Amino acid sequence: MSHTLLILILLGLMALAYQLGRRRSLKLVGGSRQVKALHSLPSYYGFYTAIWCGLPALLVLFLWVSLQSSVVRDLVVSGLPDSMQSLPPARLGLVINDIQNLAQGNIVSGEISPAMQAAADHYTRLRQTSQAASFVVVLCIALAGLALGWRFVSPVFRARNRVETVVRWLLVVCSTIAIFTTLGIVLSVLFESIRFFEMVPISQFLFGLEWSPQMAIREDQVGSSGAFGMIPLFAGTLLIALIAMLVAVPIGLMSAVYLAEYAGSHFRAWAKPLLEILAGIPTVVYGFFAALTVAPFIRDNGALLGLDVSSESALAAGLVMGIMIIPFISSLSDDVITAVPQSMRDASLGVGATRSETVRKVILPAALPGIVGGILLAVSRAIGETMIVVMAAGLSANLTANPLQSVTTVTVQIVTLLVGDQEFDSPKTLAAFALGLMLFLITLVLNVVALHVVRKYREAYE
Amino acid sequence: MLNVTPNSVGSVAPPAGVVGVGFSPTADDSRVISGTVGDIKAADPRMTARNVDVYYGDKQAIKDVSLDIGKNEVIAMIGPSGCGKSTFLRCLNRMNDTIDGCRVEGRIMLDDQDIYDRKMDVVPLRAQVGMVFQKPNPFPKSIYDNVAYGPRIHGLTDNKQELDEIVEQSLIKAGLWDEVKDRLDSSGTGLSGGQQQRLCIARTIAVAPEVILMDEPCSALDPIATARVEELIDELREQYTIAIVTHSMQQAARVSQRTAYFHLGELVEVGKTDDIFTNPSHRLTEDYITGRFG
Repeated sequence: MSHTLLILILLGLMALAYQLGRRRSLKLVGGSRQVKALHSLPSYYGFYTAIWCGLPALLVLFLWVSLQSSVVRDLVVSGLPDSMQSLPPARLGLVINDIQNLAQGNIVSGEISPAMQAAADHYTRLRQTSQAASFVVVLCIALAGLALGWRFVSPVFRARNRVETVVRWLLVVCSTIAIFTTLGIVLSVLFESIRFFEMVPISQFLFGLEWSPQMAIREDQVGSSGAFGMIPLFAGTLLIALIAMLVAVPIGLMSAVYLAEYAGSHFRAWAKPLLEILAGIPTVVYGFFAALTVAPFIRDNGALLGLDVSSESALAAGLVMGIMIIPFISSLSDDVITAVPQSMRDASLGVGATRSETVRKVILPAALPGIVGGILLAVSRAIGETMIVVMAAGLSANLTANPLQSVTTVTVQIVTLLVGDQEFDSPKTLAAFALGLMLFLITLVLNVVALHVVRKYREAYE
Repeated sequence: MLNVTPNSVGSVAPPAGVVGVGFSPTADDSRVISGTVGDIKAADPRMTARNVDVYYGDKQAIKDVSLDIGKNEVIAMIGPSGCGKSTFLRCLNRMNDTIDGCRVEGRIMLDDQDIYDRKMDVVPLRAQVGMVFQKPNPFPKSIYDNVAYGPRIHGLTDNKQELDEIVEQSLIKAGLWDEVKDRLDSSGTGLSGGQQQRLCIARTIAVAPEVILMDEPCSALDPIATARVEELIDELREQYTIAIVTHSMQQAARVSQRTAYFHLGELVEVGKTDDIFTNPSHRLTEDYITGRFG
């Protein structure tokens, strides 16, 4: 008996409640011809009854499920022998893990003592009781709600207004969930970053010119001093993002202008979706392309010109990232360019301007806020991109402005810091959070600037 | 006379050649369009259109229209919605080129040039034949830049003083100078509707056109702004040739010297404005100006 079944039953009950409420409202006024005597349409009475039936029951179920595990855990712990209860919290956690694994038939570390076996049985019994109890309680609440909602139905009852209120609160809850999730992520990153800054001074992190996050795990380990200067990483990020924008902005913008102003509707109809397919290619695939095709191509051609190109270069990663971003810019710009009123084009063409003059002097200035917004969004995307850089630009944190050298970016370092087994008290691991925080702040600032630019110039043509 | 109620219109078999049974309150031979009634020629023609047909895809929007636009006169084009008067107007400076699937046949001459000739370049054409649109459409730029737009594009001046002079003269001619001379740097979109339309007229005048086409220039304006623009049209007549499309018969009567009545893509009647409004020759014209339809 799972909670899925319970939820399905609840949904069935809600459907039933809808029908009952609807029927009752019609019956009270004497058939569907008398609908005008009702305050609201019959379906609103149905929805109202269904809400009474489903909402309280679902809330209780949600609370039950979220509290169940901790309550059961406490009960199991209190049933353990005193010798086990007095263990330090970390060890106790391990014991409880073992008990849970034992109860669920998973592999257990270590020997199974009779006490643990008893605790596991206790755990299983408690879970089953809780499950059955939740079933009974939730269904009772649902039926009581149904009855209550059904009793509320009467011709003067303002069901529509009540339903609208519930809908409004539902929407409020949904938007708050999104906001709180963001807030939760930011806070978790922030607290880990603060722990990092307790170990490594913030000035060293912000202004240090060297990045080499190897820490000695054992006393006698060699060559692992640990240097956490973020400058090379951000320099690498900006270098690659700059190359990407140099590729993406002109190509994206010009293809948008072509699609919006020059192309016939026929060509546009298949060219635009085709361009948007570029946005659908997974970044890993771009990564192969960068690492296996573009980077060797650049190295070989560089060698012909007598340049010293490393096999993983910022140029390769930036070029491919630029190609990845083209559809962002072209699609967003295309939308804003098409949104410029036809009357602007007429006005310009009407005094004898050519198409390109019209585009340059009227359309682009009028569409500028939207275009800038699109470009800034693309920049945030470029800064946050990981996969292409991992594969094509390398891992060595060089502080260089030479695009032919290999560089690394913030996101790549976060990946390498957190891949594999890590201890959570080492600055090496915590550095990832500090980097994440910085990255978040930078993209946040970019987004705020983008929003501001768009808002400031939005009413340019009206 | 055969009187037909709207309900029975469909059941009456229209005689061959009758156009728009659905539009006419009655259907009899007097409403047949067989060529244009009246004199299509102007005393001193600036533009001449001969046998013009316009198609949007397969649909024919204008059928065999011939008309002269005379020098220093205002010609008004009237007719019910969808009769092709705006389409015809837009043919005169090839603004229809910007519409997908639009095809123009026949000959339209500006002075002695065929404007649909292969060698004809639309850029100087549109400088010579300017256009004012239905909805005021100033650019989201300053008032000065709006007026200076055309002269800059065509390189009419090479220094700031001359450009200032052109802007001032154009605004004076458009009757807007006194209202905006202290705020040339503020945005053109911040003006009132009537001022915006006069700004658009100034922008058109600034490239020194010979002909000005106006497509319902007052339909988005209030009566006071309309009166101001009409007054302006009358003043502009001395220097420019003006063709105006309008839905308001009073406006046509007030501003124009000649009037052309269009009906379902055909030019029904042309003549002196006074004659058209006091003594129309064609029944369809009479129906329209007496308000029986349209």
